Amino acid sequence: MAQQLGYLKETASQTAGPYVHIGLIPNMAGFDIFENNFGNVLVGPATRGERIAIEGRVLDGTGTPLRDVLIEIWQANSEGRYNHPADRQNKALDDDFRGWGRAGSDFATGLYRFETIKPGPVPGRNRAVMAPHVNFWIVARGINIGLNTRMYFSDEAAANAADPVLNLIEQESRRPTLIAERQLRDGKVVYAFDIHLQGPNETVFFDV
Amino acid sequence: MNVPTRTSTWDGQNLPGPGGAPDTQGEFFQRDRAMHPPAYAPIYKTSVLRSPRNALLSLHGSLSEITGPVFGHNEIGPLDNDLIRNYAKDGDPIGERILVHGRVLDESGRPVPNTLVEFWQANAAGRYRHKKDTYLAPIDPNFGGCGRTLTDETGYYFFRTVKPGPYPWRNYVNSWRPAHIHFSIFGSGFAQRLITQMYFEGDPLIKVCPIVHTVPDEDAIDRLIAPLDVNAAIPGDMLAYRFDIVLRGRRSTLFENRLEGN
Repeated sequence: MAQQLGYLKETASQTAGPYVHIGLIPNMAGFDIFENNFGNVLVGPATRGERIAIEGRVLDGTGTPLRDVLIEIWQANSEGRYNHPADRQNKALDDDFRGWGRAGSDFATGLYRFETIKPGPVPGRNRAVMAPHVNFWIVARGINIGLNTRMYFSDEAAANAADPVLNLIEQESRRPTLIAERQLRDGKVVYAFDIHLQGPNETVFFDV
Repeated sequence: MNVPTRTSTWDGQNLPGPGGAPDTQGEFFQRDRAMHPPAYAPIYKTSVLRSPRNALLSLHGSLSEITGPVFGHNEIGPLDNDLIRNYAKDGDPIGERILVHGRVLDESGRPVPNTLVEFWQANAAGRYRHKKDTYLAPIDPNFGGCGRTLTDETGYYFFRTVKPGPYPWRNYVNSWRPAHIHFSIFGSGFAQRLITQMYFEGDPLIKVCPIVHTVPDEDAIDRLIAPLDVNAAIPGDMLAYRFDIVLRGRRSTLFENRLEGN
């Protein structure tokens, strides 16, 4: 018998369930309890960077939008630095940008929406440069363990073509599942990003 | 605050073994997915159409995965961890008063300090305060059913609440959830993000619950069950349950496969 390494084991995941809103966005569940609520607006008036919205739906294997999904996003600031001690790049932090938000999809339409800024490029492993992207984490009733994916930007074609993560996807036809389309709606920039849990356009999800 | 870029390489000083101080710099140990429920678990019917069919693409941790949001005490209200009082209108909620407490650790046994822990639950009758819950059991006017707290320097957290009741749900015609409290935990990097459920020692519904049994590993199920902790009970006031949570371990540095200059 060898010695025991003594590591603990990670706690198992369980579904967030249909009432995830109570705990994480109680105002959507229909009541007011906390003074400070976390939400889908990541920007304040002083945040630096190009204002954008991200909008879309999460679709099940029949193409039906999930009306009870919760999405969190995590992203770098406009210069490409994360607001976290492990990011030691020589780039400015933005005191008015944490880079994190959460949104529940609309109970009627299934649409989710974030208001944020477009992030800058971030260094990848081994001195590669990652194209600007937003990290997504998706939970819902019927999702047993949170799903991780990324959203890239359609107007960054050259950077996307060189992105080390997009290039990991063996089937090139699946890479566009991670690229949001830039649109102008009433003069405002909206990136449309639908997430397909199953089907011919199944989004690429990561084991991070 | 500008700090210089650091390209870390193995220096023999940062062994990832158990013990030691909390750390927020390195990449995470690979997740042991054999202990987690698979996406497709047909005993839990809703998972059938909501589960990806392709293999997850393995991604070696970069800055995007090893970083994550940081929360401060100024964002949390003084009653946010007191479900007995944080929605009380004209008295305390009905139900067994309990203290739930424990530590958030990582797989190396290190405490995860100052991390946001959120929790939500049904009331003592098994009814959620949610516009989509139509179970015939009554709403408790004095119970909201959610709370949150930050762990302290040792990873410790606690909150007061009432014990939730079991309730029926539509999986099979006669499916009932064991009493449970939902937990959401952040950790220090986005790849540690976890949602789980805590069950109560001795509940006979645990062994027949399809959602519990999406977890394929019996030991992993046992680790979701909080034991009664009489030593932590407050005499004359409330019983206590202890629930420790383990997040993925992380190395002390971000390893690169190629050295500077290569």
